[in-house]
Amino acid sequence: MNAPAYNFAYLDEQTKRMIRRAILKAIAIPGYQVPFASREMPMPYGWGTGGVQVTAAILGPDDVLKVIDQGSDDTTNAISIRKFFGKTAGVATTTATADATVIQTRHRIPEAPLHAGQVLVYQVPIPEPLRFLEPRETETRRMHALGEYGLMHVKLYEDIARFGHIATSYAYPVKVNARYVMDPSPTPKFDNPKMDNCPALQLFGAGREKRIYAIPPHTDVVSLDFEDHPFTRYRFDAPCALCGAGDSYLDEIVTDDKGGRMFVCSDTDYCESRQQAGHRGSESAAPHKERAHG
Amino acid sequence: MYVAVKGGERAIENAHRLLAHERRGDRDVPELSLAQIAEQLSLGVDRVMTEGSLFDRELAALAIKQARGDLIEAIFLVRAFRATLPRFGATEPVDTGTMQVRRRISSTFKDIPGGQILGPTFDYTHRLLDPQLADGFSPDEPATGEAPAMATPRVTDILGRDGLIEPSPAADADAPVADLTREPLNFPADRDLRLQNLARADEGFLLALGYSSQRGYGRNHPFAGEIRFGEVEVEFIAEDAGFAIPLGSIALTECQMVNQFKGSATEAPCFTRGYGLAFGQSERKTMSMALVDRSLRARELGEEVVAPGQDEEFVMSHSDNVQATGFVEHLKLPHYVDFQSELGLLRKLRQEFADANEAPQMQEAAE
Repeated sequence: MNAPAYNFAYLDEQTKRMIRRAILKAIAIPGYQVPFASREMPMPYGWGTGGVQVTAAILGPDDVLKVIDQGSDDTTNAISIRKFFGKTAGVATTTATADATVIQTRHRIPEAPLHAGQVLVYQVPIPEPLRFLEPRETETRRMHALGEYGLMHVKLYEDIARFGHIATSYAYPVKVNARYVMDPSPTPKFDNPKMDNCPALQLFGAGREKRIYAIPPHTDVVSLDFEDHPFTRYRFDAPCALCGAGDSYLDEIVTDDKGGRMFVCSDTDYCESRQQAGHRGSESAAPHKERAHG
Repeated sequence: MYVAVKGGERAIENAHRLLAHERRGDRDVPELSLAQIAEQLSLGVDRVMTEGSLFDRELAALAIKQARGDLIEAIFLVRAFRATLPRFGATEPVDTGTMQVRRRISSTFKDIPGGQILGPTFDYTHRLLDPQLADGFSPDEPATGEAPAMATPRVTDILGRDGLIEPSPAADADAPVADLTREPLNFPADRDLRLQNLARADEGFLLALGYSSQRGYGRNHPFAGEIRFGEVEVEFIAEDAGFAIPLGSIALTECQMVNQFKGSATEAPCFTRGYGLAFGQSERKTMSMALVDRSLRARELGEEVVAPGQDEEFVMSHSDNVQATGFVEHLKLPHYVDFQSELGLLRKLRQEFADANEAPQMQEAAE
């Protein structure tokens, strides 16, 4: 039988080189979607194959990797991807945002500010911000080439006319470096301002759709809006029940079937660091334990 | 008191252990061998090899076993393995005209040089469940005879001699072979890329699209010019050796559809072609593929694109079942933060709706 043998970080060096070329091009043209020959990865499309390929292509033996999903290091898919690189690359892994050199994420940007030298790798399902306005790739590529973004502004305007607000709460479109309209991946719009002028390199990988794009460090990233309807962040108006943070994005936890709710930080590392520093919320308990009922 | 959920790692490990247990099933029942799968579920193996784009019966059988018989999961396993294999180059084009034919039929001519050869087929069986098969049934040995010395030229070549059908595009030995697993797909795509996409495409998806073309969504009046199944030699030109080295033979099914003629002021009317090719005995797949290949040639043949089966962006972007199943099933992954964001917006909109409805009522009450 043809027993398999795998390279460092799974992908063969030729493939990594191809992906790195795409990454370099993406960095050179901020916000532009670079087609790349995405490989079939050993996890399903839609589960982070784009992010995994980008991470595999940039990872070196000295890197320290953090993987989050929904802001948490402990969601099943984050664990699965972290274990994948632990196994295939043998790199050090961490949950501490500040200690990581490469952070792969799905749906969140860490609360703690990123610093120079870090790389944030986003998993992207649909890289094309215009896709739901125009299903054809041939058309959307032309619209990007011409900087023809009227359709997007009409959509946002129609939202305001119908709902009184821009009714996009996540994957909120941004303009990068005053040129390309870009999909920030399905992060809540709360995270959008963190992309602007960020000292870390931000890379976006869409495996199934075979696209890579990038925001180089210290690049202007502006959320689309109107003068009379400026961009606003959404955050449930409550402190975290575990650490008391008043500035973090919150998960809503259903605690019973009688309408009981509590709100806790979606970024588990941020929350735990605060608890270790002595911050307390209304439901505080010692962290790092199995769920305790009652 | 509440503590954030932990322990996902152990949950994953236990889930995998349980999966392995369920895969094995009742341990009092003998375990399936790969040879049993390869020999007795051979059409499933053929499908996994075709859509997995890897001719290896043993690995395909392993994938089917590992996937508990879920063929799309098995195709995914084979694809993920294939992606890691080094490329030495492309083989010479296989010549299906010299195929060692095991089955070969034409629905356009009653008799053809080399004859109609029914071979192993479900066609003309009565679909009655056979209780004999349930346990220990030993079928009769197949009837045998001398193979006729006569060649079995392709039916489309016979038509082609009189110019009644458009010629197959001439092979250009220097043109690189397109490979959508190595280069990102861009539109418009040429026919070689389209055929590669269709060869890897989900059989059910192509079946439905082909069927829709027969029912009038981009009708193209097909005839099954020929379907043949058998072994062909695969040859590879090694640069060091400088000549073609036979690598062995593989089983293939080829379908050539003969479709509605076309003509123009400058060209005499002639039949057009749709082409299907797959590993093993995969007739439904190759026939569907040939129908969709012909449909996708609408642009090239100056036909109006009106149906989904004629739309290459639609077909090629959605034909791959590994991509499709991944994205559909990723909805199982957590979406808490986006959902929370949507909840926030919805609560706000509902509050504003309630406030707006309440205000006039209060006014009425005051009056």
